[in-house]
Amino acid sequence: MNTSIIDDLKKKKILALLKDGQRIDGRALDETRPLTVDTGVIPKAEGSARVRLGDTEVVCGVKIQPDKPFPDLGDRGIFICTAEILPLADPNVEPGPPNEEVIELARVVDRGIRESSMIDLTKLVLTKDKSVIGIFVDNSVTDYDGNLFDACSYASVASILSCKVPKWEIKNDAPSLVPDSASAPPVTTIPVSVTMGKIADTIIVDPNADEWKCMEGRITITTNSAGNICAIQKGGEDGFTFDQLIKCSELSISTGAKIREILKQVPGGNRC
Amino acid sequence: MGVRKSDIVLLDDKGIRCDGRKIDEPRNIMIKAGVLKNANGSAYIEFGENKILAGVFGPRDVHPKHLANTDRGILRCRYHMQPFSVSERKNPAPSRREIEISKVIKEALEPAVMLENFPRTVVDVFIEILQADGGSRCAALDAAAVALADAGIPMRDMVSACAAGKVADTIVLDINNEEDQEGQADMPVAYMPNLEKVTLLQLDGVLTQAEYKKCVETAINGCKIVYEVQKKALKDKFFGDSPQ
Repeated sequence: MNTSIIDDLKKKKILALLKDGQRIDGRALDETRPLTVDTGVIPKAEGSARVRLGDTEVVCGVKIQPDKPFPDLGDRGIFICTAEILPLADPNVEPGPPNEEVIELARVVDRGIRESSMIDLTKLVLTKDKSVIGIFVDNSVTDYDGNLFDACSYASVASILSCKVPKWEIKNDAPSLVPDSASAPPVTTIPVSVTMGKIADTIIVDPNADEWKCMEGRITITTNSAGNICAIQKGGEDGFTFDQLIKCSELSISTGAKIREILKQVPGGNRC
Repeated sequence: MGVRKSDIVLLDDKGIRCDGRKIDEPRNIMIKAGVLKNANGSAYIEFGENKILAGVFGPRDVHPKHLANTDRGILRCRYHMQPFSVSERKNPAPSRREIEISKVIKEALEPAVMLENFPRTVVDVFIEILQADGGSRCAALDAAAVALADAGIPMRDMVSACAAGKVADTIVLDINNEEDQEGQADMPVAYMPNLEKVTLLQLDGVLTQAEYKKCVETAINGCKIVYEVQKKALKDKFFGDSPQ
């Protein structure tokens, strides 16, 4: 990304503040921005959420429909999670096919939820090898202020927790919808991703857009309700020392626990 | 994703894995530097069943020009799988998985390459997976780092990569294809052995915090083993047969 004089000045300010353990928006190093989660914002979707993490805003919708299983996974339902940054979210975003950053975003959000086994996919089989239920989670970033990984992850998790899975029966070899019998999704755990940035060897939690531009490295760690680590993605131009990696894992567990309490407040969130 | 077999024994009671290795033993690794005539630097690696070719071009002019950076060079990386590299033919167009891997490999190499010496230029790293096995991104990185060194591009350190994972409730080094599909966790790691920095870290699967620590340590030890093979490949190329 091109940097302007303003960016250079902000970077100097951010570095100077970090020397004294301070951040440009006044947060503590391990403090996330305020998180607000509204669910059920799109009634036509089976589940949905609008999430604000500071000034980053994401709208997420869950669509649930019968589908054919993957050939080698006939005993499991389908889970697919995507993410895209809308052109109205940031002046630097142009319409068109996703670039590598957006592809990484979608894959990291998907991986955190998939690897935590949040949704028990074995409960979504209608006829083994032939017909299963597919859960499709689509995230759209509507306003950009850094750390899309966590905002999209929280939006996806809130949408899944609050969604209703319609019921299908097999009639004449085809799934047929049973009206008014939707139920809660088979959820086992609440995965929470926590993204940390490294600026001048200082680890900060939930970097905003200004901090995102100055980071030398970043790491996203997803933990489950038991406090275990289930997915990691390191990114950025610089490496982490072993001690920094241990510190990041501790931060992801403690910060994740706080965020999980917020996600438990959404409808359906108190089940795990 | 291959066919899931449930009858495979991943770890027997003597601590021997499904391919006969011990828990801290990597697969066979062979690297040869300088295998291509036209590339500025190149390397071929065989890492278990992986067979991977890496070629490096540059520093050279940037096309398209708007990508050029006035204060430093840029690094580009393409990880690409041949259609015949896996059991079922892979569509030759780059998949989302390959685009993500290209990005993480680029970011794993970037800390080592002294790009500030080459403003307005690009270093291109092309990686072709001829045959894929578990851990192809680590093997690809190992070959790419040797190819960069072979091209004579100034580097702060080598980048060595190796995965660790959790199989049958045990942390093991360098998981293979079967262990990747049947095991509980897979953690690819890239490491700069002299600067002691981790430049690539991913994880699929659930680990407790203690297992996470053990897994990173195990993978770093694997990276140090790979580092010796990388050094040998470069010594062989530039000084003939190295001692031993």
